[in-house]
Amino acid sequence: MKYQSTFPHLYNPGHSACAGCGEAIAIRHLLTALGPNTIMTNATGCSEVTTTQYPLSAYKIPWLHSLFENAAPVASGVLAALKQKGLTKVQVVAVGGDGATYDIGLGFISALWERQENILYVCYDNEAYMNTGYQSSGATPLGAFTTTTPPGKNSEGNNLIKKDMIGLALAHRVPYIATATSAYPLDIQAKAKKSLEIVGPKYLQILTPCVPGWGYDPALTVELSKLAVQSGLYPLLEIINGQFTKVQKIKPVPVTEYLKPQKRFAHLFKDEAGQQVIAKLQQIADENIKKYNLV
Amino acid sequence: MKIFIGGLKAVAQTVANCQPQVISAYPITPQTHVVEELAKLKSAGKLTAEYIRAESEFSAASIVLGAAATGVRTYTATSSQGLLLMTEVLFNIAGMRLPVVMTCANRSVSAPINIWNDQQDSLTVRDAGWQFWYAENNQEACDLHVQAFKVAESTQLPVIVNLDGFVLTHLTEEVDIPEAAKIKRFLPAYRPVEFLNPQKPQTFGPLVGPADYFEIRQELHEDLIKSQKNTLQVGREFKKVFGRAGNTLIDGYKLADAQIVLVSFGSVIGTMREVVDELRAKGVKVGILKIITYRPFPTELIIKALAKAKIIAVVEKDISLGGQGILATDLKAHAGQKLKAPISSFVVGLGGRDVTKETIKKIIKLAPKATTTAVTFVG
Repeated sequence: MKYQSTFPHLYNPGHSACAGCGEAIAIRHLLTALGPNTIMTNATGCSEVTTTQYPLSAYKIPWLHSLFENAAPVASGVLAALKQKGLTKVQVVAVGGDGATYDIGLGFISALWERQENILYVCYDNEAYMNTGYQSSGATPLGAFTTTTPPGKNSEGNNLIKKDMIGLALAHRVPYIATATSAYPLDIQAKAKKSLEIVGPKYLQILTPCVPGWGYDPALTVELSKLAVQSGLYPLLEIINGQFTKVQKIKPVPVTEYLKPQKRFAHLFKDEAGQQVIAKLQQIADENIKKYNLV
Repeated sequence: MKIFIGGLKAVAQTVANCQPQVISAYPITPQTHVVEELAKLKSAGKLTAEYIRAESEFSAASIVLGAAATGVRTYTATSSQGLLLMTEVLFNIAGMRLPVVMTCANRSVSAPINIWNDQQDSLTVRDAGWQFWYAENNQEACDLHVQAFKVAESTQLPVIVNLDGFVLTHLTEEVDIPEAAKIKRFLPAYRPVEFLNPQKPQTFGPLVGPADYFEIRQELHEDLIKSQKNTLQVGREFKKVFGRAGNTLIDGYKLADAQIVLVSFGSVIGTMREVVDELRAKGVKVGILKIITYRPFPTELIIKALAKAKIIAVVEKDISLGGQGILATDLKAHAGQKLKAPISSFVVGLGGRDVTKETIKKIIKLAPKATTTAVTFVG
């Protein structure tokens, strides 16, 4: 029996992502913006595991999953082949989670940026290796519970600061850099579309709340996504050729408003040591507000 | 066209004549001449392929994977550490049935680090689902590359063409470089069955569970076994067009009445031929079984070839540490029960240790009494 989705979507329902998954929202809107003349390479992770369980697939665009590390170089190979075929209008997008992007695949992305290839790289950032059971990544914020940074007598959760991928992209002179989040789907679409106007590498990083990994009621995905931005912890930016073209202004809320609804930060509210971590997170938010002129 | 040329430069020109469309590679001794020669050809306008300088072998292999999946002819080259670094991608390419062609300049494996020739690198990844071919000399190396593209594309199974590092790669000798015009007659343009195409969207590399993975792997294995027929067919076609022997999976030298048979592969075959001639002149009935195609393992042909042998000595530049020579192990596993002769494992040449006529003569002397249950090292 051959099943054909009746929807016009390029990313179809029937996949096995959790109810309230921030990433599913992001990818659907990404593909709506990019359109059918797109080839997507995808790293191992939630985005691939939930969408392509043989013999079914959620994708109505040509799509390839190779390994955890290599969505970027596979995309480079796709682009080179398209050039040989004279198909220069086909868009090539490489998608990976924060694990694939910040950690195991970082070197490969750096090389793609060095080669200045006309490829959009999208990182859906849920701030840990969620697919394999919520282990920490380079994107995990300070103080967060993950299964490899569990709080206890000797620990307040993750003791490392989230890696600055935007700074890295700037250092590589990536001509289009942007951050977005699931709560603002039209912003995701606008930024994806805008990125295509630039010839060269583009980097779009989307904060995508994870229901089981962050520990919250599935109905709160959009609200939490907004709070991440409004607290200053996750600035929404667009940087074209090193100039800030879009900065989402905020009416800052204390980081505690954002942290409180999430189980992954619950331990920070229990003692003095936890309060110190919250203070440090507030400091990071305040620094962002100043650095990016968020107010 | 016959010219006096270095081994890998000959391979690079041959590959260029096969008109690959996307090439990506990372330099590693002793493969470097091939990436440098291809870069020269590209900048001279003699190579129309996209040539991407990757930042690691893992990346290079991933780049050709992406290009092959988009339906174009692809090529890469590496050695030793580089081959091992791309191990994940090798399994991925074969599993996705992409017809990539790769040159491996055989080099030892670290630690200790050693840049000289042995065959450990390629054999370490023999299970990945690629076809493994071994060249005895630079002419054969060039000829095998031409056939490799045709076999890979007709079987949807990637091919590694191996040649001994330094011994062949850096050897300057007379080679008849297969000409582009002749290759064009022999090797049609690549017409992929399935590829990444917005006009006909497909999903490559899905998650496959226990219900389906088993048969998919079984099919890959069976197709690899069947590819022997394609290789022989393409080899015959090659002979018609180019006038030289094609890949016959195995070859024999003074094998028909041989009592002692040396089984081996790669450049050491050349040294063995001279030793066999010398000993035959003295009445010693020794012969050679040369393995050209290592995977799929040409079991049936080997059984026929070794049926009359009284003593079998497998000679190779590798070792499955804790076990025996890898070819010896494969031979015993695949054919041992159908062969009367005892099979003994000899390891030579590790890390570029010179394999001389004396080495081979020593092995022939040791063979009749050699143990079959453990390796004999002959340094």
